[in-house]
Amino acid sequence: MKTNAFREKAMRAVFLSAACVSVLAVLLISLFLFGGGFPGMAKIGFFEFLFGQIWKPMNGIFGILPMILGSIYITGYALLLGTPVALLTAIYLARFCPQRLYRVLKPAVSLLAGIPSVVYGFFGLIVIVPTVRQWFGGNGYSLLSGSTLLAMMILPTVITVTEAALRAVPETYYEAALALGAPHERAVFFVQLPAAKSGVLAGIVLGAGRAIGETTAVAMVIGNQARMPAGLVRGLRTLTTNVFLEMGYSADLHREALVATAVVLFVFILLINLFFGMLKRRMLA
Amino acid sequence: MTARLLRWLVVGAAALTLGSLALVVGYILIQGVPHLRPELFELEYTTQNVSMLPAIVNTLIMTAVSLAIALPLGVFAAVYLVEYARRGSRLVALIRITAETLAGIPSIIYGLFGLLFFVTALKMGFSILAGALTLALMILPLVLRTTEEALQAVPDLYREGAFGLGAGRLRTVFRIVLPSAAPGILAGVILAVGRIVGETAALLYTAGTVASFPKSILSSGRTLSVHMFALASEGLYVDQAYATAVVLLIVVFGINTLSGSIAKRIAKG
Repeated sequence: MKTNAFREKAMRAVFLSAACVSVLAVLLISLFLFGGGFPGMAKIGFFEFLFGQIWKPMNGIFGILPMILGSIYITGYALLLGTPVALLTAIYLARFCPQRLYRVLKPAVSLLAGIPSVVYGFFGLIVIVPTVRQWFGGNGYSLLSGSTLLAMMILPTVITVTEAALRAVPETYYEAALALGAPHERAVFFVQLPAAKSGVLAGIVLGAGRAIGETTAVAMVIGNQARMPAGLVRGLRTLTTNVFLEMGYSADLHREALVATAVVLFVFILLINLFFGMLKRRMLA
Repeated sequence: MTARLLRWLVVGAAALTLGSLALVVGYILIQGVPHLRPELFELEYTTQNVSMLPAIVNTLIMTAVSLAIALPLGVFAAVYLVEYARRGSRLVALIRITAETLAGIPSIIYGLFGLLFFVTALKMGFSILAGALTLALMILPLVLRTTEEALQAVPDLYREGAFGLGAGRLRTVFRIVLPSAAPGILAGVILAVGRIVGETAALLYTAGTVASFPKSILSSGRTLSVHMFALASEGLYVDQAYATAVVLLIVVFGINTLSGSIAKRIAKG
């Protein structure tokens, strides 16, 4: 009996420590990122680092404004291109789709989510980049190519969350709209969709998080020039690709500047997470 | 009039979504399948044959090691949250928030952390182990959440039945609750496998890019995705990159079919 009680207690402790691993992981990640990045930022100067327009590691100039803007632009355009399609697709899935077609479309959406980013990147490299070159000029490695590719990649994220939000709206809303004489389409678009507002917004925010954090696929199609974004068909660089491309050969202050770049990205992600969490709680409330 | 326009819009959007999937998959399969030659699967990697067999083996090892670390941690954590923790406890809230945070962190940050912590601070060097530990952290929130959902779906009657027969909490968890939740946990594991197989950014600076069979868990080795990234970005092996993409897509198909059929079985009950 005594050994049993001991075993119960011991295993409880094991379960508890396993549960604390995620807390520990977040602490460690923050510690190593901020610990590795802040000294570098301080050496470069916070203002020079965040608002400097020139990134020339060989000359000891580390300004990451081009990359901050690059990340924001590419995420913004990806949302602009992807969100309308994703929302409408989610509405179709939740409210218009015949059962039979749903059995094809739903797995198709999860397949889109499952394709590795390196495969997306390769597709962008061999299809999107040449197409952009041909239709819009430039060499094809551009903001436009990157955000088009990202728009495709965030579709499943936004679709899944939005569809769930739409399905969570009580059926009575829809029926009341019908009873007032609204046709099916109006009931869905003007009653159900507004009721699912928080959830839809949560989906878009989650999509933004995916887009701003995407690395491999983006690195393969945007040209990666470390300069201020100069237009839709010109190359640019994001925070993620800055770390991805230069970490391999960096040393000393250059390395610290790259870790500091990741810190800026991390702060963006934390803000997005915070916003997402807020929206999700509001959706459940 | 508006009604018809709206209907066209949603149908068009759904077609566009399906179309982009068909475009990506179709293009890669049509261009890639003819390049699937036997020399791509030779035992030894050389710059002539650019064999992907070592990368496939590395991927299997990487998946096994990452799961061996993340699965017990994730499942035990979920057991604590669902079966032991008091509702509304502060610790539980903290664990939930940190797990959500982990789920939102992009893979490049995991890769950088792995480089700073596992590779450099713990002196593991570029190794399968460092890569697997990094990936384990990355998939932990996924395993945790799916297991949590699976445990919550087990009816309380089962637990009460076990307690009524005199079983302790621990025995109830291992003999009754976890077996009934197994399909749900498995579905989560399969999703995690998908993320491991598809990962590049987190592995480039933790597991490295050596293209041969690993001698041990402490040697560097590239997985199939990293292999494909190397081929595609070098620009010399476009045909081989196509072929690798086909293999990756086949793996993803397999994973999706598997998780879909498990989900269906769970839904049937």
